[in-house]
Amino acid sequence: MPSLKDLKNRISSVQSTRKITSAMKMVAASKLRRAQEQAEAGRPYAERMGRMLASLAANVQDSGNGPKLMTGTGADQVHLLIIISSDRGLCGAFNGSIVRESRRQILRLQSEGKTVKLLTVGRKARDQLRREFGSLIVETYEDVGRRKLSFADADMVAQKVLSLFDAGEFDVCSVIFNKFKSAISQIVTVQQLIPFAVEAQAEEVASDELKPVYEFEPDEEQILAELLPRNLSIQVYRALLESAASEQGARMTAMDNATRNAGDMINKLTITYNRTRQAYITKELIEIISGAEAV
Amino acid sequence: MADKVEFELVSPEKLLTSQPVDMVVVPGSEGDFGVLAGHSPMISTVRPGVIDVYEGDRIVDRVFVAGGFAEVTETRCTVLAEEAVPVAEIDRAKVEQAIRDLGEDLEDAKADDERARVEAKLAIARAKLDAAGASVTAH
Repeated sequence: MPSLKDLKNRISSVQSTRKITSAMKMVAASKLRRAQEQAEAGRPYAERMGRMLASLAANVQDSGNGPKLMTGTGADQVHLLIIISSDRGLCGAFNGSIVRESRRQILRLQSEGKTVKLLTVGRKARDQLRREFGSLIVETYEDVGRRKLSFADADMVAQKVLSLFDAGEFDVCSVIFNKFKSAISQIVTVQQLIPFAVEAQAEEVASDELKPVYEFEPDEEQILAELLPRNLSIQVYRALLESAASEQGARMTAMDNATRNAGDMINKLTITYNRTRQAYITKELIEIISGAEAV
Repeated sequence: MADKVEFELVSPEKLLTSQPVDMVVVPGSEGDFGVLAGHSPMISTVRPGVIDVYEGDRIVDRVFVAGGFAEVTETRCTVLAEEAVPVAEIDRAKVEQAIRDLGEDLEDAKADDERARVEAKLAIARAKLDAAGASVTAH
């Protein structure tokens, strides 16, 4: 039987934990709103970029000699995986599910005899993958968008990817990130970035409205050569935004659960505390009475 | 002129402007082009420079862009800008400082690709300064 003092300490410690988790939940909620707004604000650019790219791609594909970023290097021997996780923990299964999916992808590719290289964003993925696949990691980024995620951060990552690609370091590049669905549900998504899969989008555009025939200035290939690297930055930016929103969502849910559990625990401990207190009082009374009777 | 063209200016971080205007002049990489309603569909790259927005014969808005892409259809003109700043808000001193810094970087840069990157940044900063200068003399 724990003493009253122990119980009291226990209760007050759980109470302060609850204060912390509920504050963290509040912070995550407001950060989530901001992240969602940012993701919303970035959408028009990506949409228009996609539309432009689709109409360009349709033209260039006919000529059959698109740039490498779109057509690929012709091989798919070396795969680069960009893994986006968070820098901080206490966000439920957020990082765990990313790492699990990454490990699955890596093992699948390796079993097919492919070479895998990793580029991690965020401390958690690096820490968890380092032990098993440390030799595969080519680059890591930390503290990306610590205060506010900017396009420059995404651009930095994209430039690194591009320089690796130009150096012939890999053939296929995919990004693994948590796609934001709602505050309680994030979907681990694998998206291929290089070669860029245009077809799906091209069909969408073809079906909606009458596709105008564009003039190009300068010619298609030159525009495409500028547009594709930019598109890569945009895709990375989007993935980072989605991941940031997911992280806050996951943290909010995790902290909400923690706050509720702390509440339950306090109730239980308080009941035990009261029972123990009564038991002590009864015991003391019995001692006094039996002492008096003995006299 | 009754017809208006829908002008949209978008940066990766947000939608900056979306409004019907009479005419916009965009600094295309192969020369400035004006867009009126009914312009033939076109896609062009944009060099660092100033976009002029016209209401009637007057310029109502001047925005500096650091390059990007423009998509023109008969009813719409969309500019995807890498960086966009209203000309009135350009801080001359800051830009001049940036040019000086970049000049030093250029001297330090050894690798060719690094040099090219700094030069591109320098060109943008110079264009920005030009834009600021033009607006000072215009007013």
